[in-house]
Amino acid sequence: MPELARTPSFLAYVRRDVLLAYRRLGDTVAPLIFFTMVCTLVPLGLSPDPQRLSEIAPGIMWIMALLATLLSIERIFAFDFEDGSLEQLLIAPQLIALPVLAKIVAHWLVTGLPLTLLSPLLAMTLSLPTSAYPAMLLSLAIGSAYLSAVGAVGASLTVSLGRGGLLLPLLVVPLYMPIMIFGTATVFYAVDGLHWSGPLAAMGAMLCAALALCPLAAAAALRVTSA
Amino acid sequence: MCMDVPVPQDYLLSTNELCFERDGRRLFEGINLRLKAGEMVLIEGPNGCGKTTLMRLLTTLLSPTSGALCYRGEPLEKVRYEYLADLLYIGHQSAVKLALSAEENLAWMAASEGIHDPKSVRAALRSMGLGAVYDLPCHQLSAGQVRRVALSRLVLTRAKLWFLDEPLTALDTEGIGLITGRLQEHLDSGGAIVLISHQDLAIGAVRNYDLTKRCA
Repeated sequence: MPELARTPSFLAYVRRDVLLAYRRLGDTVAPLIFFTMVCTLVPLGLSPDPQRLSEIAPGIMWIMALLATLLSIERIFAFDFEDGSLEQLLIAPQLIALPVLAKIVAHWLVTGLPLTLLSPLLAMTLSLPTSAYPAMLLSLAIGSAYLSAVGAVGASLTVSLGRGGLLLPLLVVPLYMPIMIFGTATVFYAVDGLHWSGPLAAMGAMLCAALALCPLAAAAALRVTSA
Repeated sequence: MCMDVPVPQDYLLSTNELCFERDGRRLFEGINLRLKAGEMVLIEGPNGCGKTTLMRLLTTLLSPTSGALCYRGEPLEKVRYEYLADLLYIGHQSAVKLALSAEENLAWMAASEGIHDPKSVRAALRSMGLGAVYDLPCHQLSAGQVRRVALSRLVLTRAKLWFLDEPLTALDTEGIGLITGRLQEHLDSGGAIVLISHQDLAIGAVRNYDLTKRCA
């Protein structure tokens, strides 16, 4: 169908969402500030002892990354639902899964990626051994993309229920558990000096599956919930 | 399957015994709308009788409980893509992003129809009286101006079938005049319009469709 070229490209959708996130900078950086604050509170609240901190650092970083994503994932469709852009998307003559995937990518670019880039700084405050930095960076980069993709499905199911619901975390946190287990395992393996490519590969596989299936699931859910 | 009697191709849109139920309650039934090129249908009825719901059925945002929609005589399942490509819907929520400027908003809406022409976007905004504020973020504009941004799509679009849900809300008399003129132009050039409005419009060929009679 030659007419398919009429609709905006995948990249145009990504650019638009990143631009919108930039215009609402306060909302966009809130999860990052949360992530930073909590990670710096841990040494104050627990103990500044490097030995003890390094034991829990991977777990803390991963839990905080997960919570920071949860804070922001609702917005992936909420604004579009409120201002009617979602309706326009649903009646566009194209596959909806494509713009949904673009929204996931954009969400990762403004949440997961900055969070990953920020993590070495916070790893330092948590006394994570420097040898574990590559494992942590990679596991957070892959893991946060998975969090965005799976979170989008939850957000699409709850979009019409209004803000502030507890339903979204209830829906997605169980789905976040496997990636969290492998994510922290990757970093723990690196801390212990083991080969950490195994759990990281498992995360990669999970991300591939999520990127292939979640846009389809979210698109189908949006058709039902926003009707 | 769509129609018992074959519908001639010149009906852009026709519905056959559309019926819609929500939570087991029948909202309306027996909707038989026919819309030819150059015609405008004004859906009427009191608040809450299902005008917007009918509009959402016609734009495929909702699916009817029973009955069928046809586009140019073909059942919608066959021509869904063509139908959606030929349709323009402006609802209560006007899809204007308040964080973006009027120009960015309209450029995006035009791009979703495959129109990539910054000049015509500017010209469209000027013709809607937004020439002085095109680069301001829309949250600085008044409700009427935001409406005008949304409605400036009407200047650019190539779609034949327009579905407008109370497009005149918040518009001043000059704005209403602009929109009425544009609607008339569209009808004259062979387009068709389905409209919900509580205001009287100075347009010649309006057919009124009273939804109250179809309410269950």
